[in-house]
Amino acid sequence: MEKSMKMKFCLNKTLKSNMITFGLVIAAFIIVQLLVNAGQVSSLMKGLLVPICIYTIMAISLNLTVGILGELSLGHAGFMCMGAFSSSLFSISMLEAIPNPGIRFFFAILIGAFFAALAGIVVGIPVLRLRGDYLAIVTLAFGEIIKNVMNVIYIGKDADGLHFSTKNAMALNMAEEGKVIINGAQGITGTPKNSTFAIGVILILITLVIVLNLINSRSGRAIMSVRDNRIAAESIGINITKYKLMAFTISASLAGVAGVLYSHNLSALTATQKNFGYNQSIMILVFVVLGGIGNIRGSMIAAVILTLLPELLRGLNTYRMLIYAIILIVMMIFNWSPKLIDFRKRYFHKNRA
Amino acid sequence: MSFISYFINGLSLGSVYAIIALGYTMVYGIAKMLNFAHGDVIMIGGYVVFTVVSTMGLGPVAGILLAVILCTVLGVVIEGVAYRPLRMASPLAVLITAIGVSYLLQNIALLVFGSNPKSFTSVVTIPALKLSQGKLTISGETIVTIVSCVIIMIGLTMFIKKTRAGQAMLAVSEDKGAAQLMGINVDGTIALTFAIGSALAAVAGALLCSAYPTLTPYTGSMPGIKAFVAAVFGGIGSIPGALIGGLLLGVIENLSKAYISSQLSDAIVFAVLIVVLLVKPTGILGKKINEKV
Repeated sequence: MEKSMKMKFCLNKTLKSNMITFGLVIAAFIIVQLLVNAGQVSSLMKGLLVPICIYTIMAISLNLTVGILGELSLGHAGFMCMGAFSSSLFSISMLEAIPNPGIRFFFAILIGAFFAALAGIVVGIPVLRLRGDYLAIVTLAFGEIIKNVMNVIYIGKDADGLHFSTKNAMALNMAEEGKVIINGAQGITGTPKNSTFAIGVILILITLVIVLNLINSRSGRAIMSVRDNRIAAESIGINITKYKLMAFTISASLAGVAGVLYSHNLSALTATQKNFGYNQSIMILVFVVLGGIGNIRGSMIAAVILTLLPELLRGLNTYRMLIYAIILIVMMIFNWSPKLIDFRKRYFHKNRA
Repeated sequence: MSFISYFINGLSLGSVYAIIALGYTMVYGIAKMLNFAHGDVIMIGGYVVFTVVSTMGLGPVAGILLAVILCTVLGVVIEGVAYRPLRMASPLAVLITAIGVSYLLQNIALLVFGSNPKSFTSVVTIPALKLSQGKLTISGETIVTIVSCVIIMIGLTMFIKKTRAGQAMLAVSEDKGAAQLMGINVDGTIALTFAIGSALAAVAGALLCSAYPTLTPYTGSMPGIKAFVAAVFGGIGSIPGALIGGLLLGVIENLSKAYISSQLSDAIVFAVLIVVLLVKPTGILGKKINEKV
């Protein structure tokens, strides 16, 4: 009797925590919308609304890999790149076939998520046999490969369908009226600008539903058991590869969704070091670390604050990355140094012990 | 003829990778951590040589000596401040700290030296070697790089085999706790490893910037990552592995630049890494790790 009461209480606690997370997002959305309607938001801030959604989704998605799965991925921007390019290609080539922007964007999101998930599986199957440091370096390598490959791909479309080349736009051999869609290092131009703040928030909510449900499900607990003790998990018959791959692929596809938002928010999309490179992956890692590894709500808040802060404090921009670096180091030493852990235990948790 | 010159240039690039990879491999072998900031120590070394030679007007030897000294100090300081408190922490925490240190060095360099590329004057004064009636030219930089790589390899192997400090390194890499019980100063040995690795990084920085004469705050990050790939490739923790991995990687990169696509050469290098790890997860000369439960 008492046990079942306890179970019920536990369930309510996670439910309550999830509700707070959803509530925060919805409240933030309503407040921002009211401010926008009242004309209280500067055009600079309006321009940041969609990027905030993008980085929030990226932070949730990376937290699934780093916090819940316990593996460091340094190639998350690569999955974002995959989602961005595949969905842009779809949107542009379907401009005439699907005239309704809403339906087209809906499918674009699915396509982006699908291709990023595919990339996640392709990366995941071989890579998840590796562990720890090796996994980090290989995901980094994959991110760079995706970015490099995107820079040499040429895709064009004419009446016969899609043409593909890795040399240059001339090698596509298209008919007269053919149009180059992906132009090598020049990337994609002319993606319809479908991303809005409202769609971004809806996608954040969907992301949250997926991730929070996964964490509190049977699979989620299996994933966390693999994180906490791989050998113990294996010994009670948990299929490590399956659960790792599951978390990794879901995380990749969510990053792909962020990429779809990204590409449909810009008129020109290129794969550069700045947007899809290693640095971008690190920036998202900073969100996750600052918000709390494994804490979904925290990483969302960190993503929002750290996207807004440099814009609010323009003077800080030169020092932004320096500050990020110091945040990373100090947070890690503060959280993990045995001496500091002892110190905190002695002076701050007296009552709990 | 062109194939041979591509190959030799690849060996030269590979030698630089090997010198950098040595730093990675030694640190990994002993502290069991990835020092992501290693590539940025190279960059700092490059900037020191640049400042001494171009701005202060001193000779290249003085430049390299000063760079070696400063980088050694920098390596020891990084280890003491950022990594030592985390000796017992989870690998993820250490990895993220190392990434933070790498970012810190890059951004300090960005603030101090600016983002404009500095043109680096080569520190090598040896004339180019012309072979077979001038058809094949080997630049002075190439000769110096390959020769210094060989000297460093031999020196390091002797150091580890013949000296007490080297033996202590081997002991610590084998089992930290047991080494401590035998009276070895573990912290000191790890600091020494960082010192040697960083000194080598300074040399690599001077050589790298002589071959590719521009210097930016991000100069070190790509060679750093590739050298790490080289270390993994050869079997991380193994010194001959670093040499083999570095040379192979340099040759693969240069040949793919020449014959496939210069844009895709990085992608090919990384793809090779992934294939190697799939076939042999511990690298070419790596030892199999048995996990204790």
